[in-house]
Amino acid sequence: MTTAATVPTGVPLAPGSATVEFRSLRRAFGSTVALDGLDLTVHPGELLALLGPSGCGKTTALRILAGFESHDSGEVLVDGEDVTRIPAHKRDAGMVFQSYSLFPHLTALDNVSFGLKMRGVGKDERRKRAMELLELVGLPQRAAHFPHQMSGGQQQRIALARALALQPRVLLLDEPLSALDAKVRLNLREEIRRLQQELGITTLFVTHDQEEALSMADRVAVLRSGRLEQCATPSELYARPATAFVAEFVGTMSRIPAVRAGESVEVFGRRHAVDGTLPVAGDLEVLVRPENVGLSPAVDGPAVVVGASFLGAVTRLTVRLADGTTVKADLPTEEAAQLPIGGNADVTLPDRPVLVDVRSGAGQ
Amino acid sequence: MAQLTSQTALGRLRPGRAGVLLLAAIYFFVPMGASIWFSIDDYHGGITFNAYTKLLGAPGFLDALYLSLELAAATVVVLLLILVPALLAARLGSPRLRPVIEVMCSLPLVVPVVALTTGIVGVLRWGPEYFANSPFFQTFVAIQNPDLPAVLLIAYVLMALPFAYRALDGGLRGVDVVTLVEAARNCGASYPRAVFSVVLPNLRSALLSASVLTVALVLGEFTTASILGFQPFSVWINSYGKTDGQMSVAVSMISLLVVWVVLLLMSVVGNRGRKAARS
Ligand SMILES: Nc1ncnc2c1ncn2[C@@H]1O[C@H](COP(=O)(O)OP(=O)(O)O)[C@@H](O)[C@H]1O
Ligand SMILES: [Mg+2]
Repeated sequence: MTTAATVPTGVPLAPGSATVEFRSLRRAFGSTVALDGLDLTVHPGELLALLGPSGCGKTTALRILAGFESHDSGEVLVDGEDVTRIPAHKRDAGMVFQSYSLFPHLTALDNVSFGLKMRGVGKDERRKRAMELLELVGLPQRAAHFPHQMSGGQQQRIALARALALQPRVLLLDEPLSALDAKVRLNLREEIRRLQQELGITTLFVTHDQEEALSMADRVAVLRSGRLEQCATPSELYARPATAFVAEFVGTMSRIPAVRAGESVEVFGRRHAVDGTLPVAGDLEVLVRPENVGLSPAVDGPAVVVGASFLGAVTRLTVRLADGTTVKADLPTEEAAQLPIGGNADVTLPDRPVLVDVRSGAGQ
Repeated sequence: MAQLTSQTALGRLRPGRAGVLLLAAIYFFVPMGASIWFSIDDYHGGITFNAYTKLLGAPGFLDALYLSLELAAATVVVLLLILVPALLAARLGSPRLRPVIEVMCSLPLVVPVVALTTGIVGVLRWGPEYFANSPFFQTFVAIQNPDLPAVLLIAYVLMALPFAYRALDGGLRGVDVVTLVEAARNCGASYPRAVFSVVLPNLRSALLSASVLTVALVLGEFTTASILGFQPFSVWINSYGKTDGQMSVAVSMISLLVVWVVLLLMSVVGNRGRKAARS
C-alpha cells in the first residue's frame, strides 16, 4: 500500500469520513431498556470502540445507526444530518456482522461487488473495483472461492472488503472477531486497524473485550446499561477511570477495605488522597491495579501469599488479608521469587490519589 | 464433482454396507426387472412391445398425462406462492408466528385423504343446490372444470402442504435469513431486492425439494381424483390398464417412468439454474 486512503490503482476509497453523533438515544424492547439516553460523538477518521458487558446496548446502537433498528427518542446525526428516517439501504454505512454474513451462493468476488451491482455499476468496473478491495484485504487469490471454502478469518476479511466497497462514510464493526480463534483474532485486529488508518474512515467498533478495545481504538466508549460511562483514550481510560465500573471493566482491579478519614481515606494505616469525589455515605473500598500494589516479605505482615501466576517479566501474586480480602499484585519475577506461597508480606499502595467506591457485596 | 464423490464413497464401502446395499438393490430391481420382462414377454415366443404401443396410442393418454402435469405445476406454483412469503415473513417480521404456521401446515397430515375427499364431495353436492339462484352456482361449476379442476388443485395444495412446509422450513433453518437480508440492505439492496437476490437463491435446494415432493405426490395421487371423477394420468392409466394382465404391468412401468423423468428433469433444471446464478 502506498499513501493513505489509496489502493494500488490510486482510486481513493473513502470519499470522506463523517462525524457521528448519538444524542439522548433511547430504545426499549418491552421492559428491557437497551439504550437509556446515549450521548456520544465519534470524530471524523477515528476508530472508536464501543466497549461494555454483554447486553449493555452496543449492538442496538450500531443497528440504529445502520438503519436495522428503530429508536424511541433521540437523534443519530451523521455529519450533522439526522439519518434515522433514511432507509437502511441508503444509509452510507458499511457494516461487518458478528456472525458470518457473506452470501453463501456468491463467490468472494461477487460478494464484494454485490453492493456495486445494486448501485448499477457496470460489470467490468465492478470486477475491477472488487479485485482492488480483495487486494486491500490481502485475499485476491480467493476471488473465485465460495464462503464455505474459506476460513472464518478469511470470511470476515471478505466481509470487510464488502463493507468498504460502496465507499461508506462510516464503517461499523459488530464484534467482527468474536467468532475467530485467538491467533487469527490478533492478526485481524492489526489488519483492521491498519486499513482503517490508511483509509481514514470513521469507524465504530463494538466489542466486549477490553484488550481488543484498548489495543485498537483511538478512543474507547464504555457503556453500561445503555448509558455512556466514560469516553476517553485507552491510556486515560486505564490510568484515570472515571468510575469504579470503568476501572473494573478495563484491566484488573483489586478492592481493599478503607476507612474514611475526613476528605481522604486510610488503608493499612496510611492516609491516601482520593481521586474524584468521596462517596458521602457507606463503607469504603479503594480500587488499585496490580502494578500499583507493592509487596515485600515480612514475617509479621498482614497478607499471606495464596497464589502466583507467571506472566513473563512479571509475576502476578495473589495475597489474602486477615479479613479475607484478596489483592492482586504484579511484581518483577525475581522479586516475586522471594515471596513463596504461604509466606507473609507487607502491602503498600502508591502515594498518588486512589479511586474510592462504596463497598460492594460482602466477602468480595 | 458429484460423480467423483460418489465414486470415492463407493470405494470406501465396507463389506457390511455393500451387503446391505446389494440386498436393497435386489429388493428394488428384481420385481421391476420381472415386471418389465412380463410386460414384453410374448406367449407365442419372443418379445413384443404390443402392450406399450397400444397404451401410448390409446385415446386419452396424452390428455390425461397433460392434465396431471398441469395439475402438478399449478400445485407447485400455488403452494410456493403461499408458503414462501408466509415463512419469510415469519422469520423476518414476527418469529412468534412460527409455531402457528407450523401447526397450520401440519394439520392436513391428521386428516386422512379419504376423509378430505368425502368432505369435498359433500360440499360439491350441497353447494350447487344451495346456491342455485346465486352467482356462487357458477363458481361451483367453474372449480369442477375437467380441463383444470380447481377443486382438485385445492385438495392437492392441502395434501402437499405439510411436505412442502417441512422441506422449506429445513432449508430456512440452514440460512440466517435475518442477517443475510440485513447484509444485503447494508450493501444498498432494497428489502424486496434483498429477498430476491440473496434469500431465494440460497433456498434453491429447499424450493427444489419442496417442488419435487409436491410433484411426486400429485402425479401419484389416485384416491381423490378418482372419487371426484376426474381423469388425470393415475386414474386414466388405472382404468385403461384393466384390459389385460400384460397391459396392467405395462401401465405401472409407464407411470413409474413418467414420474422419474419429471423428477429427473426438475433436478437437472434446478442444478443448471444454480450454476447460472453463480457465474
Ligand atoms: N430485538 C430485540 N428484542 C428484544 N430485546 C432485545 C432485542 N435486541 C436487543 N434486545 C435487548 O436489549 C439489550 C441490549 O442488547 P444489545 O444491544 O444486543 O447488547 P450488546 O450488543 O451490548 O450485547 C439486551 O438486554 C437485549 O436482550
Ligand atoms: Mg452485541
